[in-house]
Amino acid sequence: MKHVKSLNKPMNSNLEKKGCGECQTSCQSACKTSCTVGNQTCEQSK
Amino acid sequence: MIHQYRNNGYNIVMDVYSGAVHVVDDVCYDVIAEVNRAEEEPTAESLKTPEVKAGLLAKLGGRYEAADIEDALSDVIELTEGNQLFMKDIYEGMVEVVKERKTVVKALCMHIAHDCNLACRYCFAEEGEYHGRRAMMSYEVGKKALDFLIANSGSRRNLEVDFFGGEPLMNWQVVKDLVAYGREQEKKFNKHFRFTVTTNGVLLNDEIQDFINKEMDNVVLSLDGRKEINDKMRPFRNGKGSYDLIVPKFQKLADSRNQERYYIRGTFTRNNLDFSNDILHYADLGFKQMSIEPVVGEETDPYAIREEDLPQIFEEYDKLAKVMIEREKEGKGFNFFHFMIDLEGGPCIYKRLSGCGSGTEYLSVTPWGDLYPCHQFVGQDEFLMGNVDEGITKPEIADEFRSCSVYSKDKCRNCFAKFYCSGGCMANAYNFHGTIHDAYDIGCEMQRKRVECAIMMKAALAEQ
Repeated sequence: MKHVKSLNKPMNSNLEKKGCGECQTSCQSACKTSCTVGNQTCEQSK
Repeated sequence: MIHQYRNNGYNIVMDVYSGAVHVVDDVCYDVIAEVNRAEEEPTAESLKTPEVKAGLLAKLGGRYEAADIEDALSDVIELTEGNQLFMKDIYEGMVEVVKERKTVVKALCMHIAHDCNLACRYCFAEEGEYHGRRAMMSYEVGKKALDFLIANSGSRRNLEVDFFGGEPLMNWQVVKDLVAYGREQEKKFNKHFRFTVTTNGVLLNDEIQDFINKEMDNVVLSLDGRKEINDKMRPFRNGKGSYDLIVPKFQKLADSRNQERYYIRGTFTRNNLDFSNDILHYADLGFKQMSIEPVVGEETDPYAIREEDLPQIFEEYDKLAKVMIEREKEGKGFNFFHFMIDLEGGPCIYKRLSGCGSGTEYLSVTPWGDLYPCHQFVGQDEFLMGNVDEGITKPEIADEFRSCSVYSKDKCRNCFAKFYCSGGCMANAYNFHGTIHDAYDIGCEMQRKRVECAIMMKAALAEQ
């Protein structure tokens, strides 16, 4: 595409993962006063 | 749902429900904005109608060549057909699944010491006392807490335990004993403990450092940046600043961990709205993993962030993002927690919908064994959920937290950042609005700005 550069593939590709819950709890990392999950890694993709 | 914005010379288009992010040129940016003005969100079919093309030529023809407009439109159609633009919301129906899901406890915030050797002015723990009395967690209570975690963790293998306070190093022997106990238990029950500790560094020494490096998956080191900023907000009880004592210890610890698996973490207030200088100060001190959080305080606190501060805060985030791009290009990059974003993988949609897990997967334990939804609710009687002897005695509290998702909050419904923050901090929502099913508005504004900056940085660094 001439006018567009996509930075990623759509995230819905990981929809089939049914929330195994093995990932880190978001508040345990560095925040403790806000909530950020977008930077977390899926445990299954490690 | 589309969100488009310009930042640092980049035209960025986010497609909220697919998670796709595009950098586009000016004509395409304007074409997307125009077709998105329609009452109903466009589909690939509607975009192919002659009326759409004619409308775009009439509207944008003065600014761009007709061929460019038509070309950009065909790119937009291609993205839409590929579910990378104007994707429909396929997640709302999953709300019930999220609400009804079975949860297990997988993380504990252990209030190992409700006491502190600093007297930070903004401390939500009120100098470690959490609206209550000073106390240290005993080994017996700690053991019961770990037993409770194992017993309530179902088939979950990875369990997280954060030693928190107050200041956990004031009760260090108990921390060491609990880690030893946890290591014994994990073998018996096929679990794996990920221990972490959050410390102000005052009591840090070589022995403690060695233990942390051997046993702790992550360590959070509290420092507010520049000396004058830190010492104003993080003094000892006698008023003396803490910077000179703790900075060399933190530098040594970070180096001893190869600059990995730690965060130097600060709080900014309206006393240092130029907080990008504090983050750069961390970098100048040699730290590579850092975080600065906006203060959480009452609206009446003189240091609390106000709505009128937002323009300056946004400028600071913009400034920081630009400097980080430059430093990265120079090979002197560092990580800022709130600009870290995983556009490729990241957490699954269940996590994105349901958030931090407080009250369900994540609980806090007080020194005397009481259980609360998270550290920020400790001391508030209406959130006392149970204790380590009896377990959860008020499951209705867990049910309420479980029912909380980005779709249970009206403010999240039309927010482009909802799948990055997952509805925000429930304690903040409660503190400002009296319900966890709301959102802390100033926090949301800052969160959206950080997501925009983080994505702009991805765009800039993708060019390399």
